[in-house]
Amino acid sequence: MEKRFMDSQIKGVSTGTTILAVTFNGGVIIGSDSRASIGGYYVSSKTINKLIQVHDRIFCCIAGSLADAQAVTKAAKFQISFHSIQMESPPLVKAAASVLKELCYNNKEELQAGFITAGWDRKKGPQVYTVALGGMLLSQPFTIGGSGSTYIYGYADAKYKPDMSKEECLQFATNALALAMGRDNVSGGVAHLVVITEEGVEHIVIPGDKLPKFHDE
Amino acid sequence: RFGQLSSGSDMAPDWTMKEVSTGTTIMAVEYDGGVVIGADSRTTTGAYIANRVTDKLTPIHDRIFCCRSGSAADTQAIADVVTYQLGFHSIELDEAPLVQTAANLFKASCYRYREELMAGIIVAGWDKRRGGQVYTVPVGGMLVRQPVSVGGSGSTYIYGYMDSNYKPNMTKDQCLRLVSGALSLAMERDGSSGGVVRLAAISETGVDRQVILGNQLPKWSTA
Repeated sequence: MEKRFMDSQIKGVSTGTTILAVTFNGGVIIGSDSRASIGGYYVSSKTINKLIQVHDRIFCCIAGSLADAQAVTKAAKFQISFHSIQMESPPLVKAAASVLKELCYNNKEELQAGFITAGWDRKKGPQVYTVALGGMLLSQPFTIGGSGSTYIYGYADAKYKPDMSKEECLQFATNALALAMGRDNVSGGVAHLVVITEEGVEHIVIPGDKLPKFHDE
Repeated sequence: RFGQLSSGSDMAPDWTMKEVSTGTTIMAVEYDGGVVIGADSRTTTGAYIANRVTDKLTPIHDRIFCCRSGSAADTQAIADVVTYQLGFHSIELDEAPLVQTAANLFKASCYRYREELMAGIIVAGWDKRRGGQVYTVPVGGMLVRQPVSVGGSGSTYIYGYMDSNYKPNMTKDQCLRLVSGALSLAMERDGSSGGVVRLAAISETGVDRQVILGNQLPKWSTA
């Protein structure tokens, strides 16, 4: 009998969630929902920000146990800023992702958190890296994660195009988050989006009632 | 932990010990004048693909089909029972049966034996009273009519695609494109779905079946 791994078996507060990061022509957009829940039954926060800034042009978003994610990002933030001071230059996105990967891989038995790292650096421009649960590091043009992401694999595969404009990319990310939040009961609240480019960082919040609506809503 | 590379005893491969399942992707859409139904073609026993050209679109009556997902044995048995019951009912009535009747027969069996069964079924067809209809009977034995419905293990990946691409009042060809597009996306991501896409369009005039082979499926630019 097929067992579908639907329930998240994380104890305590978890970000059963939807997160994504998408590169476009000149930058990258990282986005998430804003719901934190306990066991999928109680919404412990309607408005948490899952987009953590680890450096000037590098953000990461978290999925899984909130406690684990906060502990890891705190350690990673310190290590990345120390590295950046030693090197006397802004860190590479790959370096930031590697720091997270080391923490996740070396503590894989205890941790239950996955990360998406996205940002811009001078060497390779906009990049997206994903660090999965066991500590695998992978670079992709775009990636989705969290419990809500299963519902939008088809949408994302069909709609993503390389080299989109910033507006097209915003529309893609907003729609994807709205669709996932519509189907996943542990994703919801508002949509947080951060646009990272060489020029700077722009934070956009879209409240629930302003999200795109689909045929049955 | 899940995601292990080998499981169970090394004396015999796992497909000798796992039940046959149509871990699958199935879909049905109503349009004005009929329904379009579709399914992948993979049947697995554990990691082995027992049948790569399965037909999961099973006729129940002249203008009523069901799409099967879950345990292959359970769904075949239920479909056989309902085919008999509906055929008998139709002879007594001396007219073509309603899709709603077929759906309720599925629901009756799936709900009564819900503890023993593992079956997710979509019933779709055309009748004179209400035209094209889609009814879904998921695991547990609930019955609900929906204009568009997806089912099976691969369905989770295409909810977003379906929500954003379905619009009411589509034509038959738009429905065929929606179903074949959605199924190919699901087959790409779900390990238990694959093979070919089988489609059927059911209307007053009859049933029109097609097969789309692997190399003819819509392609998407993925990472």
